[in-house]
Amino acid sequence: MSAAPTRPAGSTAAPARRRAAPRLLMAGRVAPPQVARRRPVARRVLGRSLTGWAFVGPATVLVVGLSIFPAVWAFLISRQRWNGISRPRDVGWRNYRTLVTDSDLRAAVRHTIVFTALFVPGSVLLGLLLAIALNQRIRLTGFYRTCIFVPYVASAAATGILANFVFNPQFGIANAALRAAHLPEQQFLEGRSEALVMLCVIALWGELGFTVVIFLAALQDIPFDVVEAALVDGARRRHVFRYVTVPHLAPVTVFTTVWQTITALQLFDLVFTTTKGGPLGATQTIVYYVYAQAFQVAKFGYASTVAYGLFGVTLVITLGLLGYARRARIEAF
Amino acid sequence: MAADLGRAGARRAGRRRRLPFSPWHLLLMPVALLFTLPLVQMVLTSFMDDAEINKFPPRFIPSALHLTGYTKLFTQAPALRWLLNTIIVALVSVTAHLILCSLAGYGFARLRFFGRNVGFVIVIATVMIPIQLLMVPTYILFSRLGLIDTIAAAFVPWLASAFGIFLMRQFFLSLPAELEDAARIDGCGTFGVFWRVILPLAKPALATLTIFTLLGSWNDLIWPLIAISDQRSYTIQLGLATFQGTRHTQWSLLMSGNVVATMPLIVAFLLLQRQFVATMTFSGLKG
Repeated sequence: MSAAPTRPAGSTAAPARRRAAPRLLMAGRVAPPQVARRRPVARRVLGRSLTGWAFVGPATVLVVGLSIFPAVWAFLISRQRWNGISRPRDVGWRNYRTLVTDSDLRAAVRHTIVFTALFVPGSVLLGLLLAIALNQRIRLTGFYRTCIFVPYVASAAATGILANFVFNPQFGIANAALRAAHLPEQQFLEGRSEALVMLCVIALWGELGFTVVIFLAALQDIPFDVVEAALVDGARRRHVFRYVTVPHLAPVTVFTTVWQTITALQLFDLVFTTTKGGPLGATQTIVYYVYAQAFQVAKFGYASTVAYGLFGVTLVITLGLLGYARRARIEAF
Repeated sequence: MAADLGRAGARRAGRRRRLPFSPWHLLLMPVALLFTLPLVQMVLTSFMDDAEINKFPPRFIPSALHLTGYTKLFTQAPALRWLLNTIIVALVSVTAHLILCSLAGYGFARLRFFGRNVGFVIVIATVMIPIQLLMVPTYILFSRLGLIDTIAAAFVPWLASAFGIFLMRQFFLSLPAELEDAARIDGCGTFGVFWRVILPLAKPALATLTIFTLLGSWNDLIWPLIAISDQRSYTIQLGLATFQGTRHTQWSLLMSGNVVATMPLIVAFLLLQRQFVATMTFSGLKG
């Protein structure tokens, strides 16, 4: 305070300031800088920084400490041979060379891609279809929306266990229904060729509520006067859909596609509670493979190498989609 | 828009209409059943005993109200403990999230200080890092910190999140700055402005954050799975997942466990449906 001799009124400013408050308020945001200007610049900047970091520090340290810090560490581990207990041994890029020739990993990548290719279009298209249906002026839409959304609240663990029960080949209700309809019974999660598709169906059951709700909100966001203008100009329903609805939904579609792709590439919980990668490795996904390598056979180094491989792929896909969206002039974020 | 399209459609279809209801019901009704029947079956099966569940052909409605699944769940396994652990994990996660993310969100939105923009960009960039990259180092980090086999391992990953910080920041940016100026002139410090003026206005955003954190921490499987092998520190999800491995034929027990693990959130969802949907919409449209 005493270090501000340039302002003679400084020592008696406090009460005067309080009296002047209403006028300053009307003048906008001038009040705080005037108060602050009486301190030296360096101390003011320091004080502000301390206050600022006191607000954002704890959360930032936690978020960064549990993501970027371990991610960098994982890169160091990915160049080591380590079982988690003994002293890690540096092996350079050897793990990355193994990565290229690992046929189990190739299978895991293939399964993950198949799952993603089924799950992402499925959840986006079905989500859009159901959202359009729920956006009609008909009865019971609130009830339908609740029904479709409820599975989203259930955990992947519970969903997986329930799926094991419903799709049990011997006494599950799904095969009972097929029998009743005189259709051939299925192996479902226990069949090598069906298990991955079944996982996708189960994941859609659990996740579709998310895309439906997002598309529904976007549909209800379309301003009515635009539709009205189109109708006045003689547009048919399909024209309104093509020239008003579709462009309006584009950013949300990009977002859900990216989001669901990331979700699909990280499939783990459901695999863990249903097939555990089986039968005979048919549903081994990349994340499950990382988990198994690290925590079942204790290859910490190699598991981190696989994780970095997937990270690179995810990054390329995400940036590719975003780049495409930007070129197509769609504002997604 | 919906209204108009719906009416236009009805008018056109009116002449050749055969159904006494909109054809959209033909799509929505089966879908609604498909999404709810498995959950109904889960609840019904939890009230059967194992003998009845294994009958052929399978039954949908229990013949009598058997509670064997539930008694087994709470006597043969420490399921009550798991449930309590999960409640603690969810409570700690939600409380920490509300405090830390609203503080950080306010700081990034409203305060001006050295390193603010860089800090915010770094926080947002963390969402690009996938979970499998973090499994190994986080496990090692937790073991160095002595968190292995404690329930802290289940809630530490949920104390704060980039999404939570982002959500709160977006909300605080939408508030008019005049509010703070007025409070500051009245003699409030920075924290006083935040605590007395801003936070009471943030209730909708805090509700969204609560639901997001509750869903995430309650349903989390991967962190407890990696870090906890002591049965007494299990969460209910981890308990269920291990049941699945060891008692895969005891369906009454498994279904009772499923009901106990999912019903709290389903009931909360049915009561607070509007808030849940708002949460998902936010994460979708602005996330």
